[in-house]
Amino acid sequence: MTQAYKSDGRLERVLRSGLFAVTAELDPPDSADRHEVYDAALVLSQVCDAINATDASGAHCHMSSVAICSLLTRAGYAPVLQVSCRDRNRIAIQGDVLGAAAMGVDNVLCLTGDDVSVGDQPEAKRVFDLDSIQLLRTIKIMRDEGVFLSGRKLSVKPRLFLGAASNPFAPPHDWRPLRLAKKIEAGADFIQSQYCFDIPRLQEFMRRVRDLGLHEKAYFLVGVGPLRSERAAEFMRGNVPGVHIPDAIVDRLRKTPKEQKRAEGKRICVEIIQQAREIEGVHGVHLMAYRQEELVAEIVEEAGLLPRPRQLGAAGPVRRRSRSRERAAARKSTEP
Amino acid sequence: MRIGRWLQDHPRLLERAYRLHHWGFLKARGLLARIGYERVDRWIRGPEELGKRLVFDCRMCGQCVLHSTGMTCPMTCPKNLRNGPCGGVRSNGHCEVLPEMKCVWVEAFERSQRMPLYGKEMLQIQPPLNHQLEGSSSWVTLLAGRTDPPRGWLPTREGKDA
Repeated sequence: MTQAYKSDGRLERVLRSGLFAVTAELDPPDSADRHEVYDAALVLSQVCDAINATDASGAHCHMSSVAICSLLTRAGYAPVLQVSCRDRNRIAIQGDVLGAAAMGVDNVLCLTGDDVSVGDQPEAKRVFDLDSIQLLRTIKIMRDEGVFLSGRKLSVKPRLFLGAASNPFAPPHDWRPLRLAKKIEAGADFIQSQYCFDIPRLQEFMRRVRDLGLHEKAYFLVGVGPLRSERAAEFMRGNVPGVHIPDAIVDRLRKTPKEQKRAEGKRICVEIIQQAREIEGVHGVHLMAYRQEELVAEIVEEAGLLPRPRQLGAAGPVRRRSRSRERAAARKSTEP
Repeated sequence: MRIGRWLQDHPRLLERAYRLHHWGFLKARGLLARIGYERVDRWIRGPEELGKRLVFDCRMCGQCVLHSTGMTCPMTCPKNLRNGPCGGVRSNGHCEVLPEMKCVWVEAFERSQRMPLYGKEMLQIQPPLNHQLEGSSSWVTLLAGRTDPPRGWLPTREGKDA
């Protein structure tokens, strides 16, 4: 691949250089204190290549993803802006994407979004003006064609690395690889999957992904996370949409003595990372350690994924292309 | 409702009916244009809604894509998804939002597998909805050429080929 970079970000550079990428989800605070965001980011930043800022996941309101990205870019971190279709229509989303790119966000993850009914405000109105595939395509059009969905021109295009979600563990299983193909066709550059606890299912899915040649068109990051106990596992599979945890995993936690459950959950997570890494077409992992962020560093270390690369336009500010020329050209073309 | 379900579970029949119907409408286009699309819309809207509501539980989005979605109305998905299932489908194949309902897209996928004429269209990317067309007759919309996606929308390669 000798294509030009699509973003100025580090995640794209890590993936394109062939390194095994690590991303992690930041637990968004229920607070108006920016320091809570910085505290949460601090434990993640040293061990991952990009930090995901969730957009009211599980339909629970927290600090917004745009705001978290704003704080993170100010401090020089590399965030992934998550955009869900549940709460905002196409007008709001396109504006947010432009603003995020202006703040220095390099990665956007396009999601359908969990339904309002699973959250703590089920009486809210659901929007779903776009679906995740239409959202991907919309942002791709903004980035590549430099226009809004209406056709109106942007003076400077957003430079973004586009992400999509995938859930290989939910029915209809035969359709999931085809849906991934659709997302890649719509514009996805990287994929972050739902929690993986079922390696055979992932292997089967990736086999079909390879048959379709999709592993060469987008980077696939497997979602993983530590389970605190068998009760947490039962809760997740009962209440978090789309999470599939095999009985074998739950039983393994149940048989573990109480004081060792957390360590066992961590060990399972490390094992899954190591097994996923062996699968052809897997380019990285995405850690979602909900309320256990302090374990992320240990997991990444024990899985043998340290140190993270620092030379790839990484921790420090990325040198940006001069945009003044681009802006001048755009100004000239709009003048009569 | 039971007749509707029976028909939906015979998607081959439906897709043939669709093809015939499409052909008929295109033949009658000149006549309908002379009558005026506004007037035709007023006449057709009612019967179209009745028929499609009985068979497909139609929501009158005004931009029917039934033949591209396994003869299953995507607007009956609580999230109104038009390009396939979300990641929340339960392990028994039921809906994340309405646990007692089978996922619309699980059914759509199964039916599309039995549709030799239009089954492949499931792979096409459907553009965002035009909410201005809600409640109007999608047959008239089609004939009047009002089905265009947003101006800036770019169809993908596969979308163009179809």
